[in-house]
Amino acid sequence: MKNKFVVFALCAIALLALPLIAQQFGQGWVRIMALALLYVLLALGLNIVVGYAGLLDLGYVAFYAVGAYMYALLASPHLFENFPWIASLFPGGMHAPVWAVVPMAAGLAAMAGVLLGTPVLKLRGDYLAIVTLGFGEIIRVFMNNLEQPVNITNGPRGLDRIDPMNLFGFSFGKSLDIGEFRVSSVALYYYLFLGLVVLSVVICQHLETSRIGRAWMAIREDEIAAKAMGINTRNMKLLAFGMGATFGGVSGAMFAAFQGFVSPESFSLQESVMIVAMVVLGGMGHLPGVILGAVALSALPEVLRYVAGPLQEVTGGRLDASILRQLLIALAMIGIMLSRPRGLWPAREHGKAAPAAVPAPAPDAAR
Amino acid sequence: METFFQQIINGLVLGAMYALVALGYTMVYGIINLINFAHGEVLMVGALVSWTVVTALADSGLPGWVLLLISLLCAIVVCAVLNFAIEKLAYRPLRSAPRLAPLITAMGMSLLLQTLAMIIWKPNPKPYPLLLPTDPINLGGPVISVTQCLILGVTAVVLAALMYLVNRTKLGRAMRATAENPRVAALMGVRPDMVISATFVIGAALAAVAGVMWAANYGTVQHSMGFLPGLKAFTAAVLGGIGNLAGAVVGGVLLGLVEALGAGYLGALTGGVLGSQYADIFAFAALILVLTLRPAGLLGERVADRA
Repeated sequence: MKNKFVVFALCAIALLALPLIAQQFGQGWVRIMALALLYVLLALGLNIVVGYAGLLDLGYVAFYAVGAYMYALLASPHLFENFPWIASLFPGGMHAPVWAVVPMAAGLAAMAGVLLGTPVLKLRGDYLAIVTLGFGEIIRVFMNNLEQPVNITNGPRGLDRIDPMNLFGFSFGKSLDIGEFRVSSVALYYYLFLGLVVLSVVICQHLETSRIGRAWMAIREDEIAAKAMGINTRNMKLLAFGMGATFGGVSGAMFAAFQGFVSPESFSLQESVMIVAMVVLGGMGHLPGVILGAVALSALPEVLRYVAGPLQEVTGGRLDASILRQLLIALAMIGIMLSRPRGLWPAREHGKAAPAAVPAPAPDAAR
Repeated sequence: METFFQQIINGLVLGAMYALVALGYTMVYGIINLINFAHGEVLMVGALVSWTVVTALADSGLPGWVLLLISLLCAIVVCAVLNFAIEKLAYRPLRSAPRLAPLITAMGMSLLLQTLAMIIWKPNPKPYPLLLPTDPINLGGPVISVTQCLILGVTAVVLAALMYLVNRTKLGRAMRATAENPRVAALMGVRPDMVISATFVIGAALAAVAGVMWAANYGTVQHSMGFLPGLKAFTAAVLGGIGNLAGAVVGGVLLGLVEALGAGYLGALTGGVLGSQYADIFAFAALILVLTLRPAGLLGERVADRA
């Protein structure tokens, strides 16, 4: 017990000290770490839907986008400039407080999740995948085109000049000076995201062992049996969708504040695929695994971007950093799955008979 | 009315290409229950290989249709070998793994193929030369280009050949048996591995045909061109009931028609508020609508959940 506490304390100190050390080497590194934490947040949210409830959602990025645009619209001058009547309502400019915007973003994303969930819950696994994928694309098309006849999303140009996060009058947009020591704005965001991740982990852990979590896992393992045991599968699935979407919405709002700029480009299908890959590569339904997967897939290729310069010169510009990064992600996705089909750090299979008892319908079983 | 018939023709052409790609998705899904995310990229490789061959032979003085045919054959061979290798390397080792594992390798494969194509062919879009006569044929109002005629003709021939293959040959029977129940099929002397490989090869050939026709019709090729047809064709396969060959064709044609008519009339119907850029939404809106009413797709049979 004491040992565990020491390890925990060491981890906490390391996580807290990391950006302060990294910022000596340049803000780029801190940025990578902050973004990695944002991805952890997203992966934790998707893990509720895919990992716990077993619903394959390929359009998760839609909720991320909803949250990001919600924050961006309410905390940037865009609406203000395009709709005079809004400007007349808020003479001081549109700077909605975080306490209002983040819950609104979360709520709107949750509503979108339930809205999507309602018509599609009857569908089997893979049908669900394509419908959610389609939903993600629909949201993206709207983001891209909702500038006519009324300019709401500003189309492919995106929304800029978004206010930084502001808590109790403390702005994350400026660096903080403590005596001689300077903590950069990016590092401040890192701490904000770290706090959110810790909060999410606590929430997820409680969910996992709660009645709700067990109901989700029962649905994942065998929906008919779960129904027979008296679980309201429809409501539980909707709850999973809504919860997952809430996480997505909050992460989106954080992303908008962090970047100061959102555009449809950040919410492509590729992003959804990446988040699914993080959850599955790490180990579905297992929190440490999901966190590992998210950090590995988001941070490692970014780090490589920094060392790719020399390689680019050697190959005559053909292998530039972004191509190399894609190549690495692709190879990692294939390689990790081939060598560890259940993920890097999978959950122990509890309450299940030995896997061999029910042979999968493997076509090569006859050999 | 002229717009209507014109859009019907455009929709049929688009639908024919979707159908060819959708067949590849649906055959693979029917047999190993895998959404082969890399299928759209096979189409892209087919188009790029064809472009390479056509540009390499541009000075040979051969007539356009011969060039097209040669490049089509090359594309089919390359894609077939590629898909065969993909299945063997990325999907076969994961046959008995958790359901999502092969899905992730398929997504990884899609990304890998796109990246490799970007490295090999450079990322810029390349013009695909005009190989066929460009004068449109007038059908008393609506017009149809020679390329579009060819697409409809080739699709019809390919579909007929596939129907024959699946319904009349020994391989086809083995494929249907494996789709029904791989273990029992194996007991009856079918070699499932061989059948699965054959399915991937056939699917790749269909995708290659679609890719070359896509390139000839739209006139550009690029490493990212496989994404949209792949996504739409997959939607078409699900729309028709995934695993069902006739369903894939019906879904593909329907999707093509819905999209073309949507693009043609959306602006007029909504008074210019929603333009044709929303055409992409139609495909997915149609999908969600159909699946809400018929959860197994248009022609899909109701099957119990396979655990």
